[in-house]
Amino acid sequence: MATEKASADGINGAVSRRAPDIFRWVTALAAIASAFILGWIFWEVFQEAKPALEKYGLGFLTGSSWQPNRDRYGVLPFLVGTGATAIIALLLALPPGLAIAIFLSEDFLPRPAREFVRFVVELLAAIPSVVYGLWGIFVVIPLIQSLGNWTTERFGHIPLLSGPAYGNSLLTAGVVLALMVLPTITAISRSSLVAVPRTLREGAYALGATRWEAIFGVILPTAAPGVVAATILALGRAMGETMAVAMLIGNSSRLSWSLFAPSGTLASLLANQFGEASGMQVAALMYAALVLVALTLTVNFAGEAVLRYTERRTAGIR
Amino acid sequence: MKKFLLPLAAFTAALAAPLPAQQLSGAGATFPAPIYQRWAVEYNKQIPGIQVNYQSVGSGAGVKNFLQGVVDFGASDAAMTDEEMAKSPRGAVLVPATAGSVVLAYNLEGVAGLKLTRAALAGIFLGKINKWNDPAIVAANPGVPLPAKPINVAYRSDGSGTTFVFTQHLAAISPEFDEEVGFDKSVTFPVGVGGKGNEGVTALIKQTPGTIGYVEFGYAQQNKLSVAALENKSGSFVPPTPESGAAALASVEMPENLRVWPIDPEAPEAYPITTFSWLLLYKKYDDAAKLKALKDFVTYGLTEGQSFAVELGYIPLPEAVVAKANAALSSIE
Repeated sequence: MATEKASADGINGAVSRRAPDIFRWVTALAAIASAFILGWIFWEVFQEAKPALEKYGLGFLTGSSWQPNRDRYGVLPFLVGTGATAIIALLLALPPGLAIAIFLSEDFLPRPAREFVRFVVELLAAIPSVVYGLWGIFVVIPLIQSLGNWTTERFGHIPLLSGPAYGNSLLTAGVVLALMVLPTITAISRSSLVAVPRTLREGAYALGATRWEAIFGVILPTAAPGVVAATILALGRAMGETMAVAMLIGNSSRLSWSLFAPSGTLASLLANQFGEASGMQVAALMYAALVLVALTLTVNFAGEAVLRYTERRTAGIR
Repeated sequence: MKKFLLPLAAFTAALAAPLPAQQLSGAGATFPAPIYQRWAVEYNKQIPGIQVNYQSVGSGAGVKNFLQGVVDFGASDAAMTDEEMAKSPRGAVLVPATAGSVVLAYNLEGVAGLKLTRAALAGIFLGKINKWNDPAIVAANPGVPLPAKPINVAYRSDGSGTTFVFTQHLAAISPEFDEEVGFDKSVTFPVGVGGKGNEGVTALIKQTPGTIGYVEFGYAQQNKLSVAALENKSGSFVPPTPESGAAALASVEMPENLRVWPIDPEAPEAYPITTFSWLLLYKKYDDAAKLKALKDFVTYGLTEGQSFAVELGYIPLPEAVVAKANAALSSIE
């Protein structure tokens, strides 16, 4: 009896004591490594950017002329371009993205059909960005060009719509980015809508609310922080997108009010100029990279914070 | 079991088979990549023992790789500055290996053989001339139906040797351009739209009527773009051809360091915007076999290799340049 117990203990004990330990080390190492690599990237970019940081200081952020051959570096046009394309993308993607999320979280369609639609929308996220770029060149650019010609002729006196209209423009990049961030908005919004407790919905119905009153009066407000988080994460993605934007935006460093004017973003600037850069230009590009990393990290932190806040809030009701 | 082992054995045998005796790796400019890669293929057919691998990573990256010593040779459209050459631990020798021209390609229906004066060319890229029927363009093109449409300028958004050569010429012919824009591998044009790479600019030109942009001759040829004849220093309008390019190259005297640009050639039959493209070699190679293979390969490129130039859209080097390049090649050890 006693020996039996001991041997059983020996086997089970050894397995349960040793194996999880190794496993724990491996996973811990992976987790620490990813944090370490993030810090390392930041540090390396910072080191490379140092000469430009020292020489241009904060004037780098407000300067509006980028002339590598004159060692004049001001990143303002690219900051504006990054912000403007991301905002256009969100304005265009948020209404349909939210509509799709609501549609998929209600029982308008039988479950398999809903799952299929969800799958298709999420597939949009799987398309490589260079393919979006090519699609933009062949489809969106001609469309925006003719829309631009028509609009600038009639409403050219409004600064936002002033001409001449270009196919490679801020608006073109914004439209394609909208499509690229749509799955992010839909997926996260949908899961926060689904997470709204049944009891709330039933309560609304019990008080005599119609389906749409329940959606807009109870479900959407409860899920709102999740939708905000989805929007912020989409903003982060839109700001960092490189390839498709570089192919579509017209890569200009001139500041313009017009939606139909070529522009540039921080990411497209890096993609365009890094390969052939030397000397101070490398430092200036690294400084621009640092600004971009800081921007996207801030945005992602904000998104994450809001998402946590939602979870905590709905946890109480659940 | 045997069935399974047989292909495996063949595979390991293939792995164990002697590798080509000599591998040469080079990296650099994208502009001459097609001709260098052609040399590599053709030379390998003649001498299977030597395998040359050229990666077109851009002139800037080519110089970087060369200075880091991770390649056997580099290549650059902008040669190397004295400062850069001083940084090379094993010395540096510039060998002009091929040449090409930068052309002004445009998209205007019904307009063939557009002529651009020096003032018109600089004016367009400064944004001062913005309509196709501007008097400065019309005056040089009597009888040509130029539309009253806006001129859409296309430029390279990525840093490139093509931009370097083009802006260097513009800065030489127009003090105003020199003042406002200057020249480099990436500059900021006051007008227009940027496309990434020759293919990006070509797409911009093809897609939008009324667009003009600068690309390498080979690209314009492949894509059947209309190209403009440019006014050269002696006042004649010259279309880009292998002959007019050769005339431009022949008009400059190669200096001791073999680094020169025909920025604004004087000869009346010379096309104004041409450039050499250089191979970057080390002054010293430790491996004698590698040195010999490299010398043989470059010699092949400078002699037989020049015959591929015209077909690929390049300009064959003038004999005088080949002689000097060969002399430079024999100085490495």
